[in-house]
Amino acid sequence: MSDAPYSPSCSPALIQARADLYRSIREFFYRRDVLEVDMPLLGSHFVTDPFIQPIVADNAGTRRYLQSSPEYAMKRLLAAQPRCIYALGKVFRAGERSRRHNPEFTMLEWYRLGLDDHQLMSEVAELVTQLCPDTQVHYLSYHQWFADSLGINPHTCDFAQLRAIGKGLIEIDDTGLTRDDWLDLLVTHKLEPEMPPGLTFIYDYPASQAALAKITPNKQGVLVARRFEAFLNGMELANGYWELTDPVEQRQRFHSDRARRQALGLADVAADERLLQALEAGLPECAGVALGVDRLLLQTTGCTDIGQTLAFADERA
Amino acid sequence: MATYSINDFRTGLKVMLDGDPCNIVENELVKPGKGQAFNRVKLRNLTTGRVWERTFRGNESLESADVIDLDMEYLYNDGEFWHFMDPNTFDQFAADEKAVADAAKWLREQDKCVVTLFNNAPLVVTPPNHVELEVTQTDPGLKGDTAQGGTKPATLSTGAVVKVPLFMNEGDVVRVDTRTGEYLGRANS
Repeated sequence: MSDAPYSPSCSPALIQARADLYRSIREFFYRRDVLEVDMPLLGSHFVTDPFIQPIVADNAGTRRYLQSSPEYAMKRLLAAQPRCIYALGKVFRAGERSRRHNPEFTMLEWYRLGLDDHQLMSEVAELVTQLCPDTQVHYLSYHQWFADSLGINPHTCDFAQLRAIGKGLIEIDDTGLTRDDWLDLLVTHKLEPEMPPGLTFIYDYPASQAALAKITPNKQGVLVARRFEAFLNGMELANGYWELTDPVEQRQRFHSDRARRQALGLADVAADERLLQALEAGLPECAGVALGVDRLLLQTTGCTDIGQTLAFADERA
Repeated sequence: MATYSINDFRTGLKVMLDGDPCNIVENELVKPGKGQAFNRVKLRNLTTGRVWERTFRGNESLESADVIDLDMEYLYNDGEFWHFMDPNTFDQFAADEKAVADAAKWLREQDKCVVTLFNNAPLVVTPPNHVELEVTQTDPGLKGDTAQGGTKPATLSTGAVVKVPLFMNEGDVVRVDTRTGEYLGRANS
């Protein structure tokens, strides 16, 4: 590829690989009778996640948010018209550009009625191994992940112990770091780099990191989030939930996200009342997952920067 | 004094950290699952030369370091300080032993080098990558040993000792890589 500023960020082979990948994904879901749906990119609301920041658009004076995921819209659709659905399209997150991030990227998100997180993990594995044959698949609980590498139980170990381990491995000004921050730091600095090649599922996240997943007791009786993440060759690829369907609990989680945003000095994000109304009307029991399509391309084509998979990465867009 | 937020971080930026001026060598955004963003940053401490990794949160910021690299001419050593001159402004700067450090053994009067100024005082002196210096002391050359093998120590006019081939004699001028201290060849002088 050329270095001229007008030229694409990626090679003709990657343009072709992306088109082939989209086709394979659509065939996978067509064969399973999962319907493709097209969700709005401009939304009146935005996710309350404290660590996802919106790109705000101005539609002739009306504030719109470029969506960071089609999740809320898909759940509203599911509540009204229950059936298995998927969406393949662009999503947006402010301020994210690195070897593995671009502020706009392509997400594959799908919902399966009647499945739980473990059944959905199997389907993710089927999709990924079909797209990249000979991929080894591993399953590990979040607890086991920490126990194997650091010898601690991440759900029950005390804060002082967690902090001491973190301080021993990572140089950081730790003023105000929370328990979840330390867990995340150990994941990014220690556990992720140690991951084996192939596809690894981590499941049963701490309840404090549930996001929009149900919380249930694990075998040891500890409350855990029925959330999983899939890593491909140590790079985060997908995030899934056995979906929370309880509107009261959902309202509570919006509330605590907003409180956390306020404590961090971030702009407030209103709770999406339409999503809450949909949950009150009744979201069917389901599991859902979002998968980063550009990262899948990155990992399967030997690129080193996500920009090499995009026709025009952010700095050339 | 300007401050840089984490979003401004890029390779080559000079910042203050723990009271020392540092050069950013590498900066990587890490963003775990649903967690907050961190930047894993590799910095070179310009005072000690040490490179270390430090992790920052998105809301942190660092003061810029008033650090500048200037091409200067080495003038002379007065026994305590090494004196340099900016050939554009004719401003003179005195560098102490800490700033000159290992560069001292490569400095020949009127040679060009890079002087890194921190708050307008020399912080680091970097000699040219290649210098040509005269051999002032070495054992006599051995005839017939021009082709292969064997080296011997030679003291150069600046005091540096380098390994040179056996055929080199006092008065010869050698070309040396200052980064490795290796003999590169006989100078064409």
